[in-house]
Amino acid sequence: MSAVLDNTGLATAEPSAVVAFTPRPPVLRNNALMDALFRHLTRFFAFAVFSLLAAILVSLVVGSLPSLRKFGLGFLTSASWDPVRQDFGALVPIYGTLLTSGIALAIAIPVSFGISVFLTELSPVWLRRPLGTAIEMLAAIPSIIYGMWGLFVFAPVFQEHVQPSLVHVLGSVPGLGILVSGPAMGIGMLSAGIILAIMVIPFITAVMRDVFELVPAMLKESAYGLGSTTWEVVWRVVLPYTKVGVIGGIMLGLGRALGETMAVTFVIGNAHDFSLSLFMPGNSIASALANEFTEAVGDVYTSALIELGLILFLITTIVLACSKLLLLRLSRGEGTRA
Amino acid sequence: MNAVAEPVAAAISATKIQVRNLDFFYGAFHALKRVSLDIPEKRVTAFIGPSGCGKSTLLRTFNRMYGLYPEQRAAGEILLDGENILTSKADVSLLRAKVGMVFQKPTPFPMSIYDNVAFGVRLFEDLSRARMDERVEWALTKAALWKEAKDKLHQSGLSLSGGQQQRLCIARAVAVKPEVLLLDEPCSALDPISTAKVEELITELKDDYTVVIVTHNMQQAARVSDYTAYMYLGELIEYDVTDTLFIKPKKAATEDYITGRFG
Amino acid sequence: MMALSAVALAFGLFWLAWILGELLWEGAAALRPSLFFRMTPAPGSDGGLANAILGSILMAGAGTLIGTPVGILAGTYLAEYGQRGWLTPATRFINDVLLSAPSIVIGLFVYSVYVARVKHFSGWSGAFALAIIVVPVVVRTTDDMLKLVPNSLREAAVALGCPTWKMITMVSYRAAKAGIVTGILLAVARIAGETAPLLFTALNNQFWSADLNRPMANLPVVIFQFAMSPYDDWHRLAWGGAALITLFVLALNIAARSFFRRK
Repeated sequence: MSAVLDNTGLATAEPSAVVAFTPRPPVLRNNALMDALFRHLTRFFAFAVFSLLAAILVSLVVGSLPSLRKFGLGFLTSASWDPVRQDFGALVPIYGTLLTSGIALAIAIPVSFGISVFLTELSPVWLRRPLGTAIEMLAAIPSIIYGMWGLFVFAPVFQEHVQPSLVHVLGSVPGLGILVSGPAMGIGMLSAGIILAIMVIPFITAVMRDVFELVPAMLKESAYGLGSTTWEVVWRVVLPYTKVGVIGGIMLGLGRALGETMAVTFVIGNAHDFSLSLFMPGNSIASALANEFTEAVGDVYTSALIELGLILFLITTIVLACSKLLLLRLSRGEGTRA
Repeated sequence: MNAVAEPVAAAISATKIQVRNLDFFYGAFHALKRVSLDIPEKRVTAFIGPSGCGKSTLLRTFNRMYGLYPEQRAAGEILLDGENILTSKADVSLLRAKVGMVFQKPTPFPMSIYDNVAFGVRLFEDLSRARMDERVEWALTKAALWKEAKDKLHQSGLSLSGGQQQRLCIARAVAVKPEVLLLDEPCSALDPISTAKVEELITELKDDYTVVIVTHNMQQAARVSDYTAYMYLGELIEYDVTDTLFIKPKKAATEDYITGRFG
Repeated sequence: MMALSAVALAFGLFWLAWILGELLWEGAAALRPSLFFRMTPAPGSDGGLANAILGSILMAGAGTLIGTPVGILAGTYLAEYGQRGWLTPATRFINDVLLSAPSIVIGLFVYSVYVARVKHFSGWSGAFALAIIVVPVVVRTTDDMLKLVPNSLREAAVALGCPTWKMITMVSYRAAKAGIVTGILLAVARIAGETAPLLFTALNNQFWSADLNRPMANLPVVIFQFAMSPYDDWHRLAWGGAALITLFVLALNIAARSFFRRK
């Protein structure tokens, strides 16, 4: 094998205890077995995560069966909620969920947009990190804190100072007056929507900021170079480039708002009555569950609540899936048509 | 193209690796076209050629590195000490322990210098603490890094400079006592002083190992190697003793590349 | 433009300041040593949150211990093995949906699957619910952090003859260690304040109990119960608990981020 007449004559410097170039003893370490084991182990858990969504769906459907059988599709349109007569309907909670989320987004979208524009375009560089951290802190605060604060701090102030002004401004406007009718109690749909807005702002801001930062600097610089104002650059360059991502971010915020429990439960009032007024108490699916589930007696009652949970799960899953699809499209560059 | 003419002073070396009609594909792209050559033992062989000519691809077949990527495949024969490594049923880890590799970018593991060097050794050998210490010292000395590293063996490998990191990678590769050392553009990420140190190392390493080096720097090939293969667009154009190839190349294509007419 | 977005920013910061300010103000009154040493009291009397704090620690700890390995291993599959096939992109998608899924539904799920069957509430079911919330967070960060590990590091390990499982555990994990740990810390911060999943799993417990097999007191549910009550004593304790959770969560977030940045 090594029939070499090596003419260099250099000795290799080696400690004598170490023998050079003898065939290594084959150290049989069942590597193939360990490799297969590890691969299958990780795959198993990945598959478990994959199946979790379906598992949740199945268990919710199974739990809703008594209610599904009793009420059928009428469940979605019935506004009754009578534990005594075992007659339940999802209309009020669904309405509450959608309305509070709608109010939350109506407030959160422009605010988040403003903040992310500030963070990406207008803010001096040294301010970016601390501001970003502050926004992230808002996101980290658990929702129960928002709820408590909403009930004890926000609601009284809202009742004393804001609600009367709203009545004053809108009360006599035909069509809008009904929105502010009823006693000003500080709690209610509008309060819940506002608290939810504050909760959701950091999430939408974070996505918008990430998405805005994807715009190539060249694109913006050329626009600035042509004399555009910041507003024009944002409106005509950044937004069109990122619009798919922006919508994805908004849907992410929506998905979170729809499922939020504690921030809403404290101030929504837990009333199963339908009312057009934003000042009146109502219910969201999550708050109904939080308030009533442990007290629910009887299969039908429990199952009706589980069916509510199923509805919520379906709605949020669809919204979140759409959000993810949009954000994926942006990252693949498809949302870049100006 | 087969084994080469002997240079005047040195004796004929045995062949370590024989490549026969090697084809290589990245998916549908035919990257190596019926390449045949013999790599002599305990000599430095250099692969040169313009970007994309297939020299790194060829190098990476010698330790079946392409096996990590499903869309890459090789056809033909590569005989290491007579055994075809492309079809061998033996554990590929054993092949890779025999055929070591140093990459273009220094890649120290996120662990201490000592653990970096010991990493490969621990995969195959059960050495006592004392013997491992010896082996680490030996490998670092071989890589001309011992003096600089001996007082900071337990510091992270990442704390070294670029040139030192590359020598650490060489020490790491050498520590497992391979028979062949594959160097894939080992100096391209280094400054000139570190490059000179590594080149010096290469000429010393050939006493114990068969060295194959890929380089895009012709002068480097001329400096360190005994044999040089010139490749272009996946084909082996010419393979000869370094001095011959550079001074009196047999093919016009080779001469064009060497004199800088293109590339 | 500047004015409008500055207003938006001020709007956001205003709420943050107000919330945190109120929290500290109200919470400060309740943050006395007795908070940690006395049990949750009957309405109208004074006490502390000791059993709730213990319960939260136990369940969050158990939830993290269960969820973290699942998350890391699943994330490892996605990043290291998942180059081909359908499972990886599908799992990544579903994982991101789960990340933002309503936590009350997770509570319902654990209730239906476990609590309803064994017919009693328990600390374990609370821990499972929290574990389900931990998993997507850890999967996401592990996947992202492992994807950041350069392939050259993996190739360097493989070139030494390292088997895949060792390459992942001894090189990839080490290289991504800081990021993975950060992910775990963030997951803990996330579950520290979660109320909804505990409402129908762990329920609550008025007394000191370290038994995970029985209903377990925990801070969020206690805060919920006390805050919605008409008693001032209970309100005060609720604020104390809220301040405690918030301080813990914020401290953990800041620690996690500065830990990650330093590495």
